Amino acid sequence: MNNQLRLTFGRAARIGLIGGLVALFLCLVGIVGVFNKRSLIEGIISLGQFSILLSALGVGYIAAKSASDQMQKGVLWPFLAGILSGFLTGAVVAIFVMIGYRINIRTVFITASPVLYDLLTFGRGPAGIWLLPGVGAFLGALSALTYKTPPWIQRPLVRGLTAVILSGLFAGLVRPLLIVWGGWPEALGRFLFGSTGVTPAGALTTFVVISGIVAVWSARGKAMRERVRQWPPAGQAALRWTFFGLAFILALALPLFSGAFLAQVIVLISINILMGLGLNITLGFAGLLDLGFVAFFAMGAYTVGLLTSYGEYGLAHLSFWAVVPIAIFVAFMIGAFLGLPVLRIRGDYLAIATLGFGEIVRLLAGSDFLGLWLGGPQGVIGIQKPCIGWLGPYLGVGIPRVCNGLELGGPKEIYYLAVISAILVAFVATRLRDSRLGRAWMAIREDEDVAESLGVNLIQTKLLAYMLGASFAGLGGAIFGTLVGSIFASSMQLLVSINVVCLIIVGGMGSIPGVVVGAIALIGLPEAFREFAEYRLLFYGAALIGMMLAKPGGLFPSAIVQRELHVAEEMEEPSDASISVASANLE
Amino acid sequence: MRTTLTERLAELAVAVSLWGFRILVVFVVVAGTILTIRTGKYSGEQWIDFVVFGIARGSIYALIALGYTMVYGILRMINFAHGDVFMAGAFSGYFLTAALSRSGFLDRYPIWTLLGAILIGMGVATGIAIILERVAYRPLRKAPRLVPLISAIGASFFLEYSFRGFFGPGIYAYPPVTILQGEWTLLGIGILRMQVLVAVAAFIMMAILYTIVMRTKIGKAMRAVSENKDVSALMGIDVDRIIVATFMIGAAMAGAAGVLYALMFRQVNFFMGFVPGIKAFTAAVLGGIGNIPGAMLGGITLGIFESIGPALFLDGLGITRPYQLQDAIAFIMLVMVLLFRPSGLLGERLAVKKA
Repeated sequence: MNNQLRLTFGRAARIGLIGGLVALFLCLVGIVGVFNKRSLIEGIISLGQFSILLSALGVGYIAAKSASDQMQKGVLWPFLAGILSGFLTGAVVAIFVMIGYRINIRTVFITASPVLYDLLTFGRGPAGIWLLPGVGAFLGALSALTYKTPPWIQRPLVRGLTAVILSGLFAGLVRPLLIVWGGWPEALGRFLFGSTGVTPAGALTTFVVISGIVAVWSARGKAMRERVRQWPPAGQAALRWTFFGLAFILALALPLFSGAFLAQVIVLISINILMGLGLNITLGFAGLLDLGFVAFFAMGAYTVGLLTSYGEYGLAHLSFWAVVPIAIFVAFMIGAFLGLPVLRIRGDYLAIATLGFGEIVRLLAGSDFLGLWLGGPQGVIGIQKPCIGWLGPYLGVGIPRVCNGLELGGPKEIYYLAVISAILVAFVATRLRDSRLGRAWMAIREDEDVAESLGVNLIQTKLLAYMLGASFAGLGGAIFGTLVGSIFASSMQLLVSINVVCLIIVGGMGSIPGVVVGAIALIGLPEAFREFAEYRLLFYGAALIGMMLAKPGGLFPSAIVQRELHVAEEMEEPSDASISVASANLE
Repeated sequence: MRTTLTERLAELAVAVSLWGFRILVVFVVVAGTILTIRTGKYSGEQWIDFVVFGIARGSIYALIALGYTMVYGILRMINFAHGDVFMAGAFSGYFLTAALSRSGFLDRYPIWTLLGAILIGMGVATGIAIILERVAYRPLRKAPRLVPLISAIGASFFLEYSFRGFFGPGIYAYPPVTILQGEWTLLGIGILRMQVLVAVAAFIMMAILYTIVMRTKIGKAMRAVSENKDVSALMGIDVDRIIVATFMIGAAMAGAAGVLYALMFRQVNFFMGFVPGIKAFTAAVLGGIGNIPGAMLGGITLGIFESIGPALFLDGLGITRPYQLQDAIAFIMLVMVLLFRPSGLLGERLAVKKA
């Protein structure tokens, strides 16, 4: 018993210290300081303070979980473990603040400013240092208790709090939308949201409403879902189609009331979905990791730029619609050109070789050597916007061609172009996945040698995956070019490729809905929090590691991967098999 | 063996494209060289400067490449975050030097300051590599090969942007070290002191590393683990410990390389690890990955090619501002080595083991 106790508390102490280091990291990296500009609940708690408190809460929860795994029953020990770990988390930060008040460490860590210390001591200065371990212990205890409560209390409580946090995060986005409408939505918006976060009354209302709904739903929801499942298949299909139809109408109507900013965000998401679906063919289906995907994006963008631009570097001054197929074809052929030599290389070497190609394309595009044709660092400007209707003649450098008809000038109009292309490409990708070719890709992904011995032509199949993926990215690049109206070599960074890899990994390799979810999560969310933008890649990095450690299949694993996981469980080889199947033997 | 027409066509296309690539590169190299030498734009002294600079930079690549090569030799994994370990070393060296420069210690004891900077760079880099291995790589050791690679890419970005958060996006100027400025004259040719020092320091480090790997017990264990993990475990070698030790030694080399690089180019930035990291990987592949002398050879070769390449190959072809394409030369070398000789200059082992 004594030994067990020591083990429990030793573990709790370790969790607490790690939590403290995480909190310290959040402070030093500047997240706490930046988030502090936004409040979660106005006048009560800022987002920055909340991120520190969250680490204490999380630590308490994990410690309580580990303690109750150890000690089987009883509330006391998990409770004490929660207190201990929360206390230690607070203590680590407190020691940091104490040191910070004595020694100026700002010459090294630029974020370690007095503002940060005041924030951490709740505005009380050096006298408030003792608050930190206390608050930490309190929160640790609180979340340990939450862990031990029965689910019918715990779930509404946690969901309600989550809803408050989410509405605090999105307050800046939702409030203007509601206020534009006037009448009761405006009143609701003003009641729930302040200019930087949720109002205290709004927070309370949200909490009560959401936890009430969750409480009712968890009692009744199962019965309702059961009833729907007993409907005839036609009825279920009708329900699904109604749902899709509503979503489609909502998507069509969105730019009418969303404003240009949200439309632009959605266009960016759609472009990333296009690229994601492309890379999903090469990486998700065929298992070829391409870190130079931006090369094809650049091909699409530069083709549109050079062939439609009315600026200095314009070659042909065609209409956007005529150039899109050319852009796709160019990307397709460049895919073949780069793919033919490279595809002999296997596995992780392929990733590095394609990375090299991507960088070569960027360096060439930005160099003065090709600058005569591609504009070099100044880029190609003055890209013609798409025009539905008859396009006037080309008059001279710097004069856009007149559009007699509907010009898709701004993000609100290009929105339709992007969303429709994304839907079309998703359809094509689905059909490809279910085709003979798609099955050949998956066979290659699982095992190249076996696939070859079963009669799959490796070169041809891999090359098709590469070329089709490239052409999707080319379409994405074309839309990007016309959206921004100018192209610079400096926007063709490796980060674009990494972005796309990330969204596929997060969404789930080989899964088409996963690409959509990943794009919304990785492109949409950071756009929604502008102050967040600086830390976007930090989160990407953490997300990549975290996904590989916890869920190599992604948030939305593809149906085949899921099915295989299920089979693996039945065969009782959970750990090894699930990892190898989920990440699909990409060698 | 019967083959269908499409298969033959595909093979033909691959062969044509590979030969096209070869011919293009050979053409650029030969024609560029002949034309450059005929115009005689550069003097002999300039060429020697290029080569010395190339050796200095190449020896830094070689130091970083050692980490790639050793980790690859043991785990068959590309440690994509290695370039950022290098960056961490450069940053820690910078902060020590800057602090000592403010207090005047640097001017009084420049050699001790340099040693201290290199040591702290090595220390911090080693610490980061230990955490990295523990958190991002060890749990994935049994997973398929792409999984740790993706985790490593994540770790790379995590490190870069953590440093950006800690120290800001700006470029820090490394304080000048007076004893390293100026030239030494050797056989009538002036050579920058800095470059000599960097190359000498790098060679000393490599010699130490080579001795560790070849002569000590832990080095023997490393070589055993890279041959066969299971059998070494049966022989009583603690494989986990050896892997951590490999990461530590590789990171120490990268940390030292970071400080040397910062001394040479006089600037430190959170993104500085990326390009040298890729180039060092190229160097490791060029020399034959998993092969320690190969990494040194590959680094120096890459450094020299990169240094004389723009002037020798591209200038003669009439390419404006060929220095903008310096990195492209390194990347083309990378792709070429991967395509035509994945076993590298010195390595034969890789081809057998089906990399």
